[in-house]
Amino acid sequence: MEKHKTDNSRRTFLKTSLLAGGGLMIHFSGLAKLALPHNDDGVPVVQWTEINGYVKISPENIVTIICPNPEFGQNVMTSLPMIVAEELGVDWKKVVVEMGPHDNVKLGPQFTGGSNSMRMYWKPLREAGATARNMLMLAAAETWSVPVEELTTKAGVVYHDKSGKNATYGELAAKASGIPVPKGVKLKDVKDFNVVRSSRKNVEGAKLVSGKPLFGLDYQHEGMLIAMIQHPPAFGMTHKSFDASAALKMPGIKDVFTIKLYEEGFEQGGFDVRTFNDLIVVVGKTTWEVMNARKKLIVEWMPVGDVKNTMAGRDGKREVVIPGELENTTTQLQKMLEYAKKPAQQLRKDGDPETAFKNAAEIIERTYNAPFLAHNCMEPMNFFAHVTDEKALLVGPLQAPGWIEPTLTKILKLPADKIEIQMTRMGGGFGRRAYGHYLVEAALISKKAKAPVKLIYSREDDSTYGIYRPMYTATYRAALDSNKNLIAFHVKGGGIPEHAIHANRFPAGAVDNYLAESWEIPSNITVGAFRAPRSNFNAAAEQCFLDELAEAMGKDPIDFRLELLKKAKENPVGKNNEYDAERYAGVLELVRDKSGWNGAEHKKYSRGVAAYFCHNSYAAHVVDLTLKDGHPYVEQVFSAIDCGIVINPDAAINMIQGAVVDGIGNSLYGGLTHKNGVVAENNFHSYRVIRIQEAPRKIDISFVQNDIDPTGLGEPPFPPVFGAVANALYKASGKRHYQQPFALSKIEASSI
Amino acid sequence: MITLNINKKNYKVEADPNTPLLWVLRDHIGLVGTKYGCGVAQCGACVVHLDGEAVRSCVTKISRAQGKNVVTIEGLSENNSHPLQKAWLELDVSQCGYCQAGQIMSAAVLLREKKDPTDQDINDAMAGNICRCGTYLRIREAIHLAAQESSTK
Repeated sequence: MEKHKTDNSRRTFLKTSLLAGGGLMIHFSGLAKLALPHNDDGVPVVQWTEINGYVKISPENIVTIICPNPEFGQNVMTSLPMIVAEELGVDWKKVVVEMGPHDNVKLGPQFTGGSNSMRMYWKPLREAGATARNMLMLAAAETWSVPVEELTTKAGVVYHDKSGKNATYGELAAKASGIPVPKGVKLKDVKDFNVVRSSRKNVEGAKLVSGKPLFGLDYQHEGMLIAMIQHPPAFGMTHKSFDASAALKMPGIKDVFTIKLYEEGFEQGGFDVRTFNDLIVVVGKTTWEVMNARKKLIVEWMPVGDVKNTMAGRDGKREVVIPGELENTTTQLQKMLEYAKKPAQQLRKDGDPETAFKNAAEIIERTYNAPFLAHNCMEPMNFFAHVTDEKALLVGPLQAPGWIEPTLTKILKLPADKIEIQMTRMGGGFGRRAYGHYLVEAALISKKAKAPVKLIYSREDDSTYGIYRPMYTATYRAALDSNKNLIAFHVKGGGIPEHAIHANRFPAGAVDNYLAESWEIPSNITVGAFRAPRSNFNAAAEQCFLDELAEAMGKDPIDFRLELLKKAKENPVGKNNEYDAERYAGVLELVRDKSGWNGAEHKKYSRGVAAYFCHNSYAAHVVDLTLKDGHPYVEQVFSAIDCGIVINPDAAINMIQGAVVDGIGNSLYGGLTHKNGVVAENNFHSYRVIRIQEAPRKIDISFVQNDIDPTGLGEPPFPPVFGAVANALYKASGKRHYQQPFALSKIEASSI
Repeated sequence: MITLNINKKNYKVEADPNTPLLWVLRDHIGLVGTKYGCGVAQCGACVVHLDGEAVRSCVTKISRAQGKNVVTIEGLSENNSHPLQKAWLELDVSQCGYCQAGQIMSAAVLLREKKDPTDQDINDAMAGNICRCGTYLRIREAIHLAAQESSTK
């Protein structure tokens, strides 16, 4: 990937960069700051020696660790550098953390999403830390003419006990940087960890609670103008003509013009979304002035009709027709019902499900529906761009710089090494900021305005120009024999415009006769990753269905799942089962113990359970719910998680608590509807998100203790919350809930 | 020209008197700790103190702030010494952190009025502040912790 970037000027610059207050995202712990020499303005000035892409050290022995992945609240700016610090052997309290620029060569994939940060960087960061430590030891060995085997390190100092010699990493750094990078350096035994696996505070915590500029929206640049977009009011529309004369007369307004994102035939990658291709732009001095001027635009809109897009793919480009219909939620639902009846694409088949269903003593069939969801990141989409004919600087909140850079090179006709992307802290992401169309927009606006520009979406822009979670449905069928044994399982799922079915997930592998099928309905409503894509629907639907099934079979819902998992472990059906049945069972057993599943607590509340595997980690929740005047309130939640080694336990707990709250909120209230292509919920007065009074009193979290390499946590705890809430709601109301969101209207109590 | 007193400092601002305080803070004065979240007083990310009262700066015109004392997150304390900021750090409340300045500014008014708030008091006072990351449990806990610390002073 981008091999031509290996030796660009940025690399040389970093080697001896002066830290003179220019760094947007440089974070000193108090101690580190005191130790630094200061210039006349009181700004720390440091001469850094870069040992590798992740580690640089000053002569004063200040150790800076570069965080490769953008931070959107999952705390990677703390937890990823912790891994380096562990192997490097430095005092964490004295470490300085810096967010790296986009540089896939030096800093790896740099992708925040898919709960991949830990999984992707665990080994590379351990190796980076261990190799840097080894180079510092080799430098000491050479200086003192002693064998490197006789050296030890502690808290950033190399020791030679025999001679009594010692030197700080800072003293050795310059020499170490010239040593050829050793290969295969031994990593620490996980049992000896002392940075990783102990709770470390968020390195940006102090800046966050004092309002320091950290986010994209906070970014300032000399001569910077503000831009806002007027996008069509509905999916399936575009502008026919517009009159900007009144807008241009408004104070502070510099220009009004249009931009076109992609030219005809542009080969779109998977993350190049084309929601609205032609946009009207207002550019001015301040945000409020631009907001006001935008209201003065007189625009005539028209249906855009069917649009033919060219998609790039592994097997060459292909044409995709995006239908021009102005969609309505009611017709979307009707259409899903029609499609559900049609033959679908087979995704997986084990045994002979058709015969098993034919011979069944009882068939249970249930259909589950879920609406489009908007991400509602608290910081609306925005990005800074300064594009000239020679180069481009882009700064802002972004999950995947490496995915948008190839698009920018094509659109701006600039080589990758002339495009500099810096990632600020993100005010939420949830998948939304993996789609960098707003960088393309900002870049095109800057180019046309011939000025540095910050593009800002209003909340309404953000809500109505989204990359949403698709609208999903799935019908589950189970065949029982006369002894109420489960003999066949069938799931047929679809969506607008994508389905959610994971054919190789549980209970695939646990049922002899199994069939998974899918279908999709094309749509002009743009969709994309939303915290645990697809899983966030499956875990609701499938886990409700399993609950209902257990009840029909007269079994305890946890026992029933464990029985299936036992079979999947001992005698798995079919191939390509994605999950580890033992770890899956492990979280269920742990949550059963921690919640006192059938104990006294059980009597006080309506209780539901769900478990799910996604993004390489396992999560199970027990939800305790009450109905207050017809409104469900989740009083407490017990969660059991298996994500292997837990890097930063308190931060992990924080994230799981957040995922549980998010899951409760989205399952009870989340939903986006359309009327003639217009998004009906355009701000927080109409799109209901969970608030503090709806958050549980207590969320009790337990981890399965093991030494398995760490996997992600941002997504896995989220999906099963939906299922556990639905199952608890059934206990409270006596009614199964098949349509999300569950709690927009009052629910009558009737205990089971 | 409007003169605004923000964090005990006077600023002369060239802006339409109808301009929301939020945008004057952010775009004219460069105090960006106060956040834009919704623009319609629904999310609380922009809460500041106007003569000690919590107001949503996204719907507070600067003409209303004239002659009054505005306090933003940047002026809440020096060196994060306010009990709420200390509690927030002690419990590591933030995830993305975007809403937290607004949360703290709302909580500061609650704590001034109720020395030892109950969960119900906290829920009532903080219902207007959205946290999309779902840090509400820690926000509650941090407010209790700050209340304790204030009372033992």
